[in-house]
Amino acid sequence: MIRGFAVLLSFQLLGELAVRGFDWPIPGNVLGMALLLVALMVGVVKLEWVTEAAELVLTHMALLFVPVGVGVMLYFDLLAREWLPIVAATVLSTFVVIAATGHVTQWLAKETHKEEGDDE
Amino acid sequence: MSELTSLPLFGIALTLAIFALAQTLYRRTGSVWLNPVLVTILAIIAFLLAAGIPYRNYARGGDLLTFLLGPAVVALAVPLYQRRRDLWRRKAAIFCGILTGSLASIVSACGIAWLLGGSRDVIISVAPKSVTAPIAIGIAERIGGIPALTAPVVVMTGCLGAVCGAEFCKLIGIRTHLASGLAVGTAAHGIGTARMLEIDRLAGTVAGLAIGLNGLATTFLLPLLMMLAGM
Repeated sequence: MIRGFAVLLSFQLLGELAVRGFDWPIPGNVLGMALLLVALMVGVVKLEWVTEAAELVLTHMALLFVPVGVGVMLYFDLLAREWLPIVAATVLSTFVVIAATGHVTQWLAKETHKEEGDDE
Repeated sequence: MSELTSLPLFGIALTLAIFALAQTLYRRTGSVWLNPVLVTILAIIAFLLAAGIPYRNYARGGDLLTFLLGPAVVALAVPLYQRRRDLWRRKAAIFCGILTGSLASIVSACGIAWLLGGSRDVIISVAPKSVTAPIAIGIAERIGGIPALTAPVVVMTGCLGAVCGAEFCKLIGIRTHLASGLAVGTAAHGIGTARMLEIDRLAGTVAGLAIGLNGLATTFLLPLLMMLAGM
């Protein structure tokens, strides 16, 4: 477990370092995820080192978003000023994205299916 | 009292206690509207306002939980690695799906805000709404939006996707875990991903992949679209 967290935090640190060094427009933890994936594929990191720690944080990821959500209370005034366009754009656009992404993915995945002729 | 609430202990204890209650409530009722994350957020906001406790006191403990989001995002590499062959075979569907979602998000969010008479500040600030918070705020800064407006919009988008994303997918005939996970991850970033992880491991995994890829896609597409729109 400790080794797992050490690996996760080290890759996050590596990600932060690279993002700052190269001034890339992505967060360090997202790059850290990509770097860990590469490390697992080339075998620098063994899967069993990280499974336990990864399982723990992924299972409880929802809880970790609560404080970020509570932070919305700081912006009540700003949101109230133009609430209609803000709320309508947020809500409707979220459904548009789900529908567009989901249907395109489902349709294209089905096409790949047919070509390969697998029956998964 | 304010001495006690300014301890990190307060924010963590409050969050865990209310989340545990919310999870029980969710399990007992099975109602999607009682999503534990949403219920916990609303209950804590109500409690802090009622008790007159400033957000910064709560944040002393809350920030420690937020910190763990870092390793949690890195940990998404593990299920990605475990499903890599499966995902690689469907790479075209995955990339096209995310790219479509990124475009749809920018165009629909800005379009709706514009139609309803939103100011230029609002139109620009809602554009990166489906992107994970750290990237969205960076984008908002770069394109001249208001990061303080983008932040709560991003969080609201995430909560909405978490609360009804999976149900909406079923309703409109998106049936595979690959498609629903990618859809909710693209639309509702980390908060949506956390919910998809609870439903199905593959759905959560591709949702996690979508967080990073949609962030990248929007980073590059948004300035391009703004140039085309002459903004």
